[in-house]
Amino acid sequence: MGNTQADYKTHVRTYIIVFAVLAALTMITVGVSYLQLAAVPAIILAILIASVKAGLVMGFFMHLINEKQIITSILILTAIFFVALLMIPVMMSG
Amino acid sequence: MSVAEIRYIDKPHPMTGVTNSKLGIWCFLASEVMLFGGLFSAYILLRIGAGSAWPEGSHHLNVPLATLNTLILITSSITMVMSWASLTIKNFASFKKYMSLTIFLGIAFLVVKAFEYGAKFEHHIYPSENTFYAIYFTMTGLHVLHIIGGLIVNLYLLFPGSGMWNKNPDQFMGRIEAAGLYWHFVDLVWIFLFPTLYLL
Amino acid sequence: MGDKSHTLPFWKKYIFSTDHKMIGIQYTVTALCFMMVGLLMMLIMRWQLAYPAQPLPGIGGLFGDGNAPGGIVLPEFYNQLGAMHGTIMIFLGVVPLSVGGFGNYIMPLQIGAPDMAFPKLNMASYWVYFVGGVIMLTSFWVSGGAAQSGWTSYPPLANLASFGQTMWLFGMVFLITSSLLGSINFIVTIIHLRVEGLSFFRLPFFVWSQFVTSFLLLLAFPPLEVASILQLMDRLLQTSFFMPSGLVVTGEALTVSGGGNPLLYQHLFWFLAHPEVYVLILPAFGIITEIIANNIRKPIYGYKTMVYSLVFLGFMSFLVWAHHMYLVGMGTKMSMFFQVTTMIISIPSIILLTSLLLSLWGGSIRFNTPMLFSLAFLPMFAIGGLTGLPLGLAGSDIHLHDTYYVIAHFHYIVAPGTIFALFAGIYFWFPKVTGRTMNELLGKIHFFFSFIFMNGVFMPMFIQGLAGVSRRLWDPTQYAHAVPTQPLNEFIFISACGLGLAQIPFIINFFMSIFAGKKVDHNPWKATTLEWVAASPPPHGNFDTVPVVYRGPYEYSVPELNQDFWPQNQEGKN
Repeated sequence: MGNTQADYKTHVRTYIIVFAVLAALTMITVGVSYLQLAAVPAIILAILIASVKAGLVMGFFMHLINEKQIITSILILTAIFFVALLMIPVMMSG
Repeated sequence: MSVAEIRYIDKPHPMTGVTNSKLGIWCFLASEVMLFGGLFSAYILLRIGAGSAWPEGSHHLNVPLATLNTLILITSSITMVMSWASLTIKNFASFKKYMSLTIFLGIAFLVVKAFEYGAKFEHHIYPSENTFYAIYFTMTGLHVLHIIGGLIVNLYLLFPGSGMWNKNPDQFMGRIEAAGLYWHFVDLVWIFLFPTLYLL
Repeated sequence: MGDKSHTLPFWKKYIFSTDHKMIGIQYTVTALCFMMVGLLMMLIMRWQLAYPAQPLPGIGGLFGDGNAPGGIVLPEFYNQLGAMHGTIMIFLGVVPLSVGGFGNYIMPLQIGAPDMAFPKLNMASYWVYFVGGVIMLTSFWVSGGAAQSGWTSYPPLANLASFGQTMWLFGMVFLITSSLLGSINFIVTIIHLRVEGLSFFRLPFFVWSQFVTSFLLLLAFPPLEVASILQLMDRLLQTSFFMPSGLVVTGEALTVSGGGNPLLYQHLFWFLAHPEVYVLILPAFGIITEIIANNIRKPIYGYKTMVYSLVFLGFMSFLVWAHHMYLVGMGTKMSMFFQVTTMIISIPSIILLTSLLLSLWGGSIRFNTPMLFSLAFLPMFAIGGLTGLPLGLAGSDIHLHDTYYVIAHFHYIVAPGTIFALFAGIYFWFPKVTGRTMNELLGKIHFFFSFIFMNGVFMPMFIQGLAGVSRRLWDPTQYAHAVPTQPLNEFIFISACGLGLAQIPFIINFFMSIFAGKKVDHNPWKATTLEWVAASPPPHGNFDTVPVVYRGPYEYSVPELNQDFWPQNQEGKN
């Protein structure tokens, strides 16, 4: 991450664009909820929108886009076990 | 190099490319993913178990207030990353401005939450009401505790801790970055909590 | 920074020290005290089991009429002892000793670091552990006594238990926090603070074991924190996370909302508690690998394979947890999944054991006290591991679940397994910490009698378990099927007393050697790893000059050298 004024201006522009997208996605997800979709599509859509928002926060605010492999490796490992954790309710209802 | 010096406090490690505190905070966030993951797992289990008896979030919870809170947190993430970016161009006054804004927005989140909870308590709705409210209060409550923790850290970094900027600017910038990563994570949790509890 | 230790006041040097060595000693001393408490609790339980409803000789009056009127242990007190024995041994004893004690002291030295990456966080981790331990112990004195629903604290029973259970839950929150902070410290230290030349595949196996253990602690503990929080909510705010609808207690319906699921707790609990048992064993494997390598004077056979097995084991440990839950009514699909993963996970354990056994072949073995304990670990762990197989398979587990067979299985792994490894580590690294060796004769007496009595305590339990004797029973003779094996309880009690007495030479040796043990130089065992380069004990900052590493950790009996070991930091041959 560079420390010059030019880099700073680029980053600020990025943050503002990301903010606008996040705000828009928030309103979209609320709007979609008023459509009263059936359970499965509603859940999929909500999680999808949330994941996109999360991806933007992680990528641009937490700088994961230019982060080193060690960090992403730890996160991938965590993601695998996170999925294992979410399997608990799936297993118990099956 | 002095023999009693711990390396990579303010300079990144050549192999990993990050400092100790950055690696450390990401490890901490990994554990937090598992913490909130456990709660989401519990939520899914309880909801499936209740079947159609599970209340609709939007009918019982205040969606407009929660939407406002979502926007507040997203904005606070911007101000947080701006406070760090200010330090990259050595603008300490700008850092103070954005950090203060972040803290202010965090407090605003708590105020809105207080109204939300207050409205429930006024109607004598407590966590013991049913499992829907139990998981709602627990998940948002734990999230609130994390916001408070973040606020305490940010207040420390804005006031007594900011002296480090003069003594070791790189290390101070690292601390702000670490605090920022934590704050963004708390925002991330809310990004999933909001639709799960309020909209689905 | 520099060397400020000589100017530090007493409280900063010994009480709130940020030096990893002082913190390691604090963890060690505290953990050993807790383990002594756990041992004494066990002796009381074994008395009750051997001589049901007979007054405790001598000490019976110590526990008060609420726990043991007339010296006879009440069932409620027995349950408290049972739940707290497990909790104390696991969370206050073995893990703090193997990770907080050995890990803290030895790991930074073995990687050539001056300290941990986050010294203040390290200090905080110890004190949070200490507070958690105090909360746990003081719970015995509250109304209703300590937690008494098993160390597993299953709802609905634990939800309805007295205040001691709430204290247990708060204590757990402190202990989990301590573990989390410690694991972050270990991971960052191992990745970042290795000296030049110390690549990952040149690390001593002990460091690898601490590394994998730290990932287990980091990622597996949070779900238990969730389970504790939810149980606290149930107990304090009357939620029904774990309380099903329609529960009736002593004839009265419970006034809770219902709709909860006790199995949710079990899943969240075991999601941690299975990796936790690997936390119990991995540092022990690390310790004995160091000691075996040093005392066979040849490289470990299959070091790289051991490392891969260790990492694979750590990963798999997250995917086997429900083998503790075969009897909850899970369907065949779920049961089959966990049986398969459980069978798979036995493979890396066997690889580790086999590598160490094969390493002995052709070695020039020195039978000192640490080596005796390390050698004994191997067959003891083998028995423990092999007896896990009928438990890991659901069909045979139907007969064995919740019986003494389970108790025998896991104690074989932890007691003559891990605890022997911890003893070995104490004898081995005592010279590094104090600059003196422990007495060999007392050490061998300690070993010999501990080995005999460990087997005397736990081997008969397999027989009892196979006969169907349940665990957590205050008086097994209430059940006709447990009566034939009741004489074994007397045998076990006498062995347990022997085991307790066998620790006396160790305690005497430990304290005596601190003051009057034979003084030795910095490397009395002629070992290759970096901790033996530093002075004994190492000064603040550990090394006079930062070491550089040129080779792997177990270069023993290298031809062309005029000594039978080649330290990692030695530049050339000599």
